[in-house]
Amino acid sequence: MRKHKYNQIVLSVSATVSPFIMLFGLYVIFHGHYSPGGGFQGGTMLAAALLLIRLAAGFDIAQLQFKRILGTPLGSIGVLIYFGTGFLAMISGGEFLNYGFLPFAGFTEDGLRSLGILMVEIGVGVAVMAILVAIYDDLLEGYLHD
Amino acid sequence: MIQNSPALAPLLLLATAISLPVLAIKKTKVAYPVTMVASFGSVIISSYNICLVLRNGPLTYHFGGWFPPIGIEYVLDPLSSFVALVVNVIAFFVLWHSGGIQEREIPGKSVPYYALALLFLCGANGIIVTGDLFNLYVFMEIFSLAGYGLIGIGEKQAPVASFRYLIMGTVGASFYLLGIGFLYIVTGSLNMADVRNILPHIHGNPAVAAALSLIFIGMGIKMAIFPLHGWLPDAYTYAPSTSSALVAPIGTKIAAYVLIRILFFVFGVEFVSQELPITDSIAWLSAIGILYGSVMAMAQSEMKRMLAYSSIAQIGYIGLGIGLANPLGYIGAVLHILNHAFMKGSLFLVAANVRRKTGQSNIAKLDASLRKKLPWTMAAFTVAALSMIGLPPTAGFFSKWYLALGAIDRGNWVFLAVILVSSLLNAVYFFRILEKVYLIPPPAQKTGEDLNPETGKGRGSLVGEENFSLMIPVVIISFSLLLIGLGNATIVEMIIQRIIPLGM
Amino acid sequence: MTDFLLGHYVYWSIIALLIIGLYGMMLKNNLAKKLIGMIIFQVSIIMFYVASAVKWSATVPVLDPAIGVADAAKYISPLQHCLMLTAIVVGVATSGVAFSLAILIYRHYKTLEESDLMEHMKSS
Repeated sequence: MRKHKYNQIVLSVSATVSPFIMLFGLYVIFHGHYSPGGGFQGGTMLAAALLLIRLAAGFDIAQLQFKRILGTPLGSIGVLIYFGTGFLAMISGGEFLNYGFLPFAGFTEDGLRSLGILMVEIGVGVAVMAILVAIYDDLLEGYLHD
Repeated sequence: MIQNSPALAPLLLLATAISLPVLAIKKTKVAYPVTMVASFGSVIISSYNICLVLRNGPLTYHFGGWFPPIGIEYVLDPLSSFVALVVNVIAFFVLWHSGGIQEREIPGKSVPYYALALLFLCGANGIIVTGDLFNLYVFMEIFSLAGYGLIGIGEKQAPVASFRYLIMGTVGASFYLLGIGFLYIVTGSLNMADVRNILPHIHGNPAVAAALSLIFIGMGIKMAIFPLHGWLPDAYTYAPSTSSALVAPIGTKIAAYVLIRILFFVFGVEFVSQELPITDSIAWLSAIGILYGSVMAMAQSEMKRMLAYSSIAQIGYIGLGIGLANPLGYIGAVLHILNHAFMKGSLFLVAANVRRKTGQSNIAKLDASLRKKLPWTMAAFTVAALSMIGLPPTAGFFSKWYLALGAIDRGNWVFLAVILVSSLLNAVYFFRILEKVYLIPPPAQKTGEDLNPETGKGRGSLVGEENFSLMIPVVIISFSLLLIGLGNATIVEMIIQRIIPLGM
Repeated sequence: MTDFLLGHYVYWSIIALLIIGLYGMMLKNNLAKKLIGMIIFQVSIIMFYVASAVKWSATVPVLDPAIGVADAAKYISPLQHCLMLTAIVVGVATSGVAFSLAILIYRHYKTLEESDLMEHMKSS
């Protein structure tokens, strides 16, 4: 395996910028139902924040930020959050993904629909982030060991 | 909860597929039982749906509580519940068989394999049940990507075959997407029933003709109609045996179902057969495909490749039934969807068993020792072969009968001759194998080789084969071909007669 | 004639992208170039949908308190944009699968040229 050469400028800039990209990604996810944004867009930005460190500092050091084995299970958990919201609506009497039937107290019907969209977007964001990083890790797997 | 039944089958399969990586994170042996439970659940749900639809009439289900044409709608009419039942039953038997053979062929990858198989089935169920054009595209891409993964998971030549399938399949799906873009621009709606109502009012708009051509070419690539079939032989040959057994009976039938649904139920029979006669071109291309597939199958020396070319020929029958555009041809096409799924399923499972027993599946190397080593598998192969040729009372005869009657009804004697000649050609390449196994006396016994079945180990040794779980699914599928053949009048009356589209 | 060519310049450029994508997929020998052609082809279809959503003197489909919700003709149609989000995700997934397959092919055959691969497939 080729030894990773560290470039100080790239490393400093990436390490400084990566948390801000993550913060902006979270902002885009949470404001998806009011302004342009949403689950997929925010998830891609979160993945970009993680991939930046993988490219700048090398694969081994980047494990401190996001471990490799977390990739696929976290993707499954994200899709299960999406599915769980729909399922919760289904067992509370409505159809699948009918957010008006979610069993949370203290919300009006419109508030429940808004909350349902938010939960679904969070699920999608987590899933997209984990899967994009997992694709990168799997594509890199052969190169690291041969 | 049970009033959600139209949507339960795809949702159950999706939930199991995405929870497999989480459940099997420590113990990978749990993937196979969970898959079997999910598949059996989908069979039960499909049976319940078809009983409900036959008693009460078509069911609709609105996602999220939004009514069409704004919301996405799932529609269960007799055609979709019938095809869903066929797909789920075949998939259940193939997945049952895969338990014994999967570890040998694809070592160490059982969790991704079963997750991909469940996603494949989720996509198939979603395509069958949906009533919204764009939702069909989404499920079709889930189904196709899982198919590329299932085929590419093998070794050596499998990734190359899967890559070619990927490029061609993505072109097909993109053409479909472009077609529904044209339809959306001129009609303003994505719901199938709504588009059906709007289209007669925009008579003569060239965008509708463009949409029809694009959708036909897109689905034709996925269905492997004659000139667009190039991906099929390599993909079915080089894939692992369990993957071919899962993809081959289901993959192209789903595309044929989509073509039936869009041509006859969205555009309408008069539009596709009189104004823009695309059914004529489908019929002629399918006829050429039938002859091409049968002739090429005779020239092959490897069993899976022969079965792949035979699949091209059988899809030609379904295309011919669609292209005839009269009730008898339509009944023949839909009945052939059922028959071919069962026939190809059992043939590919037989090839998997032969490959496991003797290490290869080359026809020249088959010999009469298989008569002793795999008696039940070869019996199942015989029944399936007779059905492919079209001998009564096996199931294959009845679909060819309806297709022949449909061709006579249209007065087109060329198609009748094509059907008869291709049955003879099928007989040639199947009898070649039957002759090698049953009619040629066994080779002289080599020293140390024991053909005596009673000394074999394993629970099945009393009936002559070693492994029960590999033998029973094959036998059940093959012998149900006899049942389907004997009961085909019931199937046609109760189910297929009810869904002949208006105007035929 | 000028209206046919200049009035529909958006659709002509989309057709040009589509043909470039098809050219890459069909006539290039390297598998990676075929993939790039496929991605360009998918992008052209996304552009087609987005181009069909535009209206005269309309603004982005985000609620503007000055305009309100009464007049829907003041906002461009958001449905095609939502459909294309899904199509973009599908394109990303397809590219991921395709690149993994290309890496598997390279690891086994040490080449990505299609002519060499066809010879290897027939022989092995």
